[in-house]
Amino acid sequence: MLELTRYKTTDEVDFVIIGSGAAGGVLAKELSTKGFRVVVLEQGPYLTEADFTHNEVEVLKGNQLTNHPKLQPTTFRKTPQDKARRQPALVYGRMVGGSSVHFTANYWRFHEIDFIERSKVGPVPGAALADWPITYADLEPYYTKVEWEIGVSGLAGASPFDPPRSKPYPMRPLPVKSGGVIFERAARKLGWHPFPAPMAILSQARLGRSACVQCGFCESFGCEVGAKSSTLATVIRMAAKTGRCEVRPNCYVHGIETDANGRVIGAAYFDAKRATHLQRAKAVVVCANGAETPRLLLLSASRQFPHGLANSSGLVGKYLMLNCGPSAMAVFEHPLNDYKGVAVSRILHDFYELDPQKVGFCGGGGLDARFDMTPISFATVGYDMGGLPPGTPRWGKEFKATLAHNYTRSVEIVSHGTSLPVESNSFSLDPDLKDAWGLPALRMTYKDHPDDLKLGAFLKDRIMELLDATDAVQKWASAVEEQDFAYHLLGTCRMGNNPKSSVINADHRTHDVKNLFLCDGSSLVTSGRGQPTLTISALAYRAADRITALAHRGEI
Amino acid sequence: MNESVSRRRFLSRGVTGLSAAWASSHWPALLAAASHAHQAANSATPPKFGFFTTDEAKEIDAITSRIIPTDDTPGAHEAGVVYFIDRGLTTFSVDDQKTYREGLPALQSRVAEMFHGKSKFSELTTEQQDEVLHSFDEQSAQGRQRWFRTSAGAQNLFETLRQHTIAGFLIDPDYGGNRDAAGWKVIGREREHMFQPPFGYYDRDYPGWEVAAKAEMKEAQKK
Repeated sequence: MLELTRYKTTDEVDFVIIGSGAAGGVLAKELSTKGFRVVVLEQGPYLTEADFTHNEVEVLKGNQLTNHPKLQPTTFRKTPQDKARRQPALVYGRMVGGSSVHFTANYWRFHEIDFIERSKVGPVPGAALADWPITYADLEPYYTKVEWEIGVSGLAGASPFDPPRSKPYPMRPLPVKSGGVIFERAARKLGWHPFPAPMAILSQARLGRSACVQCGFCESFGCEVGAKSSTLATVIRMAAKTGRCEVRPNCYVHGIETDANGRVIGAAYFDAKRATHLQRAKAVVVCANGAETPRLLLLSASRQFPHGLANSSGLVGKYLMLNCGPSAMAVFEHPLNDYKGVAVSRILHDFYELDPQKVGFCGGGGLDARFDMTPISFATVGYDMGGLPPGTPRWGKEFKATLAHNYTRSVEIVSHGTSLPVESNSFSLDPDLKDAWGLPALRMTYKDHPDDLKLGAFLKDRIMELLDATDAVQKWASAVEEQDFAYHLLGTCRMGNNPKSSVINADHRTHDVKNLFLCDGSSLVTSGRGQPTLTISALAYRAADRITALAHRGEI
Repeated sequence: MNESVSRRRFLSRGVTGLSAAWASSHWPALLAAASHAHQAANSATPPKFGFFTTDEAKEIDAITSRIIPTDDTPGAHEAGVVYFIDRGLTTFSVDDQKTYREGLPALQSRVAEMFHGKSKFSELTTEQQDEVLHSFDEQSAQGRQRWFRTSAGAQNLFETLRQHTIAGFLIDPDYGGNRDAAGWKVIGREREHMFQPPFGYYDRDYPGWEVAAKAEMKEAQKK
């Protein structure tokens, strides 16, 4: 039995890491492996595989793994001129491992274009499109490191649009599903280039972990066999083995404290009983996600930092990007049984990089074939929607008959695309609403850039074109509409070289505070094409190297 | 082609919305409810209800039996949905007690309004029962033959009951409810915890990605 590392709050550890998800988990492992003493403060519980189930009731309790709309209410408005009203506006993983535990495990690399799109396409009216201060080449070794260290299944070279890679995937792709075969055949007919989806799920037993058993409960669920490559199942365990890292669950950080010199001295948090503590540290790394990281900086306003910590640019919380993505459902003659297996087995990137001169908008995206609904979510039609065709009666004989026929015969084609950075799209503190701890609630302001809606319409047309090339007996698409709910929380403390137009530099250090670092979805300068998790983890590996170099040079 | 609610919206309602309807849902309580439903449904002697009176349970069972009716395959009645809901109302779904307690008399008033001399849903023919439930359909206004007194209580009950019935019918039977996996049999879902390819009709003869890619390339060259 592993001896658990424990630090006192009065111990000045080397690093406090706030959040344990796709970035925080990686930084915990990397920094502790490099010899630093680390405390990870996680607001959610410490669950393991034994706590996860494959059971449909899990959908109903949903909030066990995620933020709770009652304890952590949120508000939403479209523009800064509107008064925000209370509504669930976002979901994120709230447990050790963060959203990497309950995510679908789509694991796309960003392409070269994502880092240099501003230079390539020029300015876009209404958007603050910018180049990253790093390029794809800078991040490539870290993409490879993530793929090999946490375990990703895929087929290198299968897509002609893939960016260069230094190593193939460590494992073959997961088995194709009927929906994937239908998708692949139709795409080839159209001259497109479908390929096996890269997934952060083990196709073979590896590193003491089980291979995927194809149970089909990936999205919204924790993997009970540990085959999903969450940070919980991988790097957090490696961090624990160093004997230098303490992962402290149920710690809700509400402030980062500073001294008279403007340096951070630690993180103040509520424990499970709502008692307050201050964990002292030489430096703080915030990995709380693209909503909670800016919120925490804004909550940490002080006389010295009246507009929030590290917010001299005024950009903390701004440039929020959610990724756009309409979808369509299709029903076939014979059973697909796509409820079995991982959610996605085939994707394509033919529309990843589009010519704005030709299509009339900036951005691009990818398509996948998926089935990620549980029976209850599939059956819940009407205002809840679900997998049933519009117009299906919501109860009774015909409802039952449609449900019985369609459940095994349906697949969904989903698009994933760019969101452009718009300054007014943001997370901020709601002036009125408080959470259960008495702290200002998150307020989301969001209105899709017109180009994002044009891209949505374009991708929807491609989805229908693809479905027209199949033998689908019925198909229907979602509406392309402005979004009011967030899954991907990106761009809200963006990286850049100029302290006036960004919050952190290329080392993930805040421009304003020397010993404060931020690394998570908030660091992204562009949204990519809809699957940000691999990039977030790759950035964390890179950030750990940069931070270590600074520490060794005595520059923190 | 019809437009429908966006996927994002579906997910937001599907995950947070539905669970919000189940309000203060606690996992162990849900399990307890499900296994209670399972035992209750399998037990030869009818169990005691924890929340409903026997009369109320009869009414609720009758309503769930119209939401998911029994035809040549099992419905909500066979899946023991009423037991699942009963236990839910004293555990994870306590917040919905009022909806049921106030909603049922209101729904019965609607029964009396529509069918002279009747006061119970379960006393009606199935055609009459469907007529009562159709009066709560959101979009049925134009199809309606007559107007009824608006009743928020009865409307709320119907909406909640509809969701609870679907959940009780489709819950993983390993944890109870969905007796004998009746709901899963209806929708064609196999009761296994792990699967192996081939999964369905269309991937049975899939030759593998490399072979499929080459075959397609040859086909394209011919053209």
